[in-house]
Amino acid sequence: MDSVANIILYFVVAIAIIVFSVMTVTSRKILRAATYLLFVLLAVGVFYFQLGYQFLGAVQIAVYAGGIMVLFVFSILLTRRPDDKAPLLDSHRRAIGITVAVAGVALLTGALFTMPLIDGMSLTQCLSAGPEVTMKQIGELFTGTARFQYLLPFEAISVLLLACIIGGVTVARKR
Amino acid sequence: MDLTMLWYLVPSIIMFCAGVFGFVTRKNMIALLLSLELMLNSADLNFVVFNRFLFPGQFEGMVFTLFAIAIAAAETAIAIAIIINIYREIGNTDINSVKKMKF
Repeated sequence: MDSVANIILYFVVAIAIIVFSVMTVTSRKILRAATYLLFVLLAVGVFYFQLGYQFLGAVQIAVYAGGIMVLFVFSILLTRRPDDKAPLLDSHRRAIGITVAVAGVALLTGALFTMPLIDGMSLTQCLSAGPEVTMKQIGELFTGTARFQYLLPFEAISVLLLACIIGGVTVARKR
Repeated sequence: MDLTMLWYLVPSIIMFCAGVFGFVTRKNMIALLLSLELMLNSADLNFVVFNRFLFPGQFEGMVFTLFAIAIAAAETAIAIAIIINIYREIGNTDINSVKKMKF
């Protein structure tokens, strides 16, 4: 049995995710779409906190809601005037989009409700079943070389980010 | 009333399909990138939910999500650099006007 506060928090965040993600893809002003996406990212961060992954929630808010959204807003302001509106969708394209999205929702919901993996554990049970995620454990996960420890991917990510910095400078530089 | 795994997967489904809708219908490249972020986020949320509800003693879902966030940040930065470069060359960011490298 979950606490009432958890259930209320779940409903607020879930409705925010559903409403704002639909508004992100239907809004005609691109800057507004970016703002709605920011709300979706923050709501997903709240889900991470609720599921007991505090570090992950902090990373989500710092990297996604902080870093990536700033990039988006800057690039939107660099490439178009903020009061520009996207043209209305032609009916053909909109029909394809709605068909694909509704078919996807139907297919995935059908798959979800026939999934044999679900054994009905509640959030409180799961939170007490696993150990608390401490910073010490996260540090050992990323710097160890034993089984289920990830030093090599961690280093590969650092090389990827370096390549990304150099690539970004090279691509966007004025010639 | 219990919050089971299903409850967390339903918003994730809606988020993913909203991303697919945006990816099919939008023409502005930055709007396409926004839809892509929606789909990536729903996949990340799924990793974390499966980790918490099916394997609460392990951390693989969390670690994978951390790596996915780092790669998504790199991908977005490069994509935005490319989009700004295209805007300098042809003056807008409409996908239908980028035809030079199509064939």
